[in-house]
Amino acid sequence: MKILVCISHVPDTTSKINFTNNNTEFDSNGITFVINPYDEFGLTRAMQIKEATGATVTVINVGSASTEPTLRKALAIGADDAVRINAEPTDAAFVARLLADYAEEQNFDLIITGRESIDYNGGAVPGMLATYLDIPFVNACIGLELKGTKSTVIREIDGGKETLEGNLPMLLAGQKGLVEEKDLRIPAMRGIMMARKKPLTVIEAGEAVKQTSVLGFELPEAKAACTMIDADNVEQLVELLHSEAKVI
Amino acid sequence: MAVLVYAESWSGSFKKATFEAVSYAAQLADKIGTEVIALTIANNNNSTQLGKYGVSKVFTIANDSLTTFNNQAYANAIIAAAESTGADTIVISNTNNGKAVAPIIAAKRGAALITNVLDLPSSHSPFTVKRKTFSSKAFAQYSTEATQKVISITPNAIGAIETNKSAATESFDYTATESDNRLSSVSVDKAKGKITLTEAEIVVSGGRGLKGAENWNMIEELAELLGAATACSKPVADIGWRPHGEHVGQTGIAINPELYIAIGISGAIQHLAGVNASKNIVVINTDAEAPFFKAADYGIIGDAFEVVPKLIEALKTYKMNN
Ligand SMILES: Cc1cc2nc3c(=O)[nH]c(=O)nc-3n(C[C@H](O)[C@H](O)[C@H](O)COP(=O)(O)OP(=O)(O)OC[C@H]3O[C@@H](n4cnc5c(N)ncnc54)[C@H](O)[C@@H]3O)c2cc1C
Ligand SMILES: Nc1ncnc2c1ncn2[C@@H]1O[C@H](COP(=O)(O)O)[C@@H](O)[C@H]1O
Repeated sequence: MKILVCISHVPDTTSKINFTNNNTEFDSNGITFVINPYDEFGLTRAMQIKEATGATVTVINVGSASTEPTLRKALAIGADDAVRINAEPTDAAFVARLLADYAEEQNFDLIITGRESIDYNGGAVPGMLATYLDIPFVNACIGLELKGTKSTVIREIDGGKETLEGNLPMLLAGQKGLVEEKDLRIPAMRGIMMARKKPLTVIEAGEAVKQTSVLGFELPEAKAACTMIDADNVEQLVELLHSEAKVI
Repeated sequence: MAVLVYAESWSGSFKKATFEAVSYAAQLADKIGTEVIALTIANNNNSTQLGKYGVSKVFTIANDSLTTFNNQAYANAIIAAAESTGADTIVISNTNNGKAVAPIIAAKRGAALITNVLDLPSSHSPFTVKRKTFSSKAFAQYSTEATQKVISITPNAIGAIETNKSAATESFDYTATESDNRLSSVSVDKAKGKITLTEAEIVVSGGRGLKGAENWNMIEELAELLGAATACSKPVADIGWRPHGEHVGQTGIAINPELYIAIGISGAIQHLAGVNASKNIVVINTDAEAPFFKAADYGIIGDAFEVVPKLIEALKTYKMNN
């Protein structure tokens, strides 16, 4: 069995977000980049399947050379090989098309992505990729069990969850639940050493069309000072929520 | 030319996010001088309600093969409706089901997809719209030159506007194909009688400061009094005090209610990312230095186990008098 895990390279969750060039570009100065947290759940689930069934796990990213340390980290966690498609990932349809061109030739049984990238929060690449490949797509996936090519998956729905069944191949966009937080794999020394010798193939991007562009960014307005209320006077809070905030 | 809005139903009826999306689509159509058509699937006969939010025509699909949500089939049904009405803009709610169909529709139609949209477009040529990015740490203006568009609207960001229009309904047919049915739904577990977190006007949330699952009774009581949904910080869900579906923040659910009440939550940057779009924030924390106070509108420095019961009493008194 062949599994593909799509990895997006994103600013660490502790990052303060700033923009440069007249607020048209993300300022990556001083930012640490990491594997997109949602993708980590998928990568760990892929490792578990690999251990149970002997599957091979390929990780892939569409990005510039600066994303290679993130791919190496995925190799250190245990992926067998990595692929980088050399292009700036500025539009979801563009990224999905490049990923599809690669995946089409490789016949993966299972493709796992994250629910969304925590930078642009598009939640767009997975469903587009599945559609280009004409395979089923499960969003917000919080559980996966495989029996041969039969797959049982659980997806989060608004206010609950749904269990689905189907046959591979399919694409799952995962999140916490696919594995538990405590089971997430992190690179160990041995893995880091081994990762240096694993293949990281760079492919030049083919033709793909961009559909959207970002004209500019803005930061939320700073909050006015907080109104402090005495713990013995919660009635004042109720009054303010009623008369000032007008929410009750 | 027309605008098509997918009017999502849950268990046969509409929710608030649907009216918001419909209202958005109606305003959009009005601005570009075209017609807006709504499509509902497996809705139990309350489709005419949509007229109130500005649509004149509602297509209803009541096909047995589409009784339960199926993202492939629903996406194809929406595409079929768009084709039959000549719609080039499709509006969808950015709910879990909306997120499961929107990229399929966009990929099949070669349409531009813009998700997490917060506002009506600031320009129509090129189409330019504000959306959330960096998990609500920032906003971006996205633009597209594409004629075919799929626009997915953040719940709770844009109010539904009532009009005095009324809608005519027309049945539309789509039958799921074999390829639509490659995945089959085995079961649906609904969280018990809860208000959907992303749609809730008020959210009451607890953190590690509450010390144990057993202490959530007062959080639930407070939420019930306020008609609020309950949420929690990430460690609380990780320890198992609360279900994962309640975890809000950068790596959980992002929300933007009218009022967010954070109890025993420190206000880490990852937590704030998912909640700071809330219009009003109340923080209750023993630690005057908790970072959350910097992001709050109203703060109480105090022990949750004393403050929350008092707040419950104060609200009961308020409710009796109002
Ligand atoms: C990759 C990554 C992603 C993350 N994503 C998220 C996310 O999406 N959402 C999220 O929430 N976190 C996230 N976190 C975790 C985040 O960094 C914080 O650890 C977490 O938000 C802290 O939760 P907390 O405030 O409940 O607990 P704590 O930080 O332990 O804070 C507890 C608070 O309760 C107060 N307190 C204690 N006793 C009382 C009392 N009796 N009455 C009132 N107050 C009291 C304390 O003063 C303290 O401020 C993420 C972390 C990482 C590394
Ligand atoms: N540049 C990229 N390279 C590889 N995978 C990506 C890339 N961008 C997004 N993905 C995958 O698609 C998921 C959702 O991303 P997005 O649609 O950008 O929110 C991510 O969690 C990744 O698994």
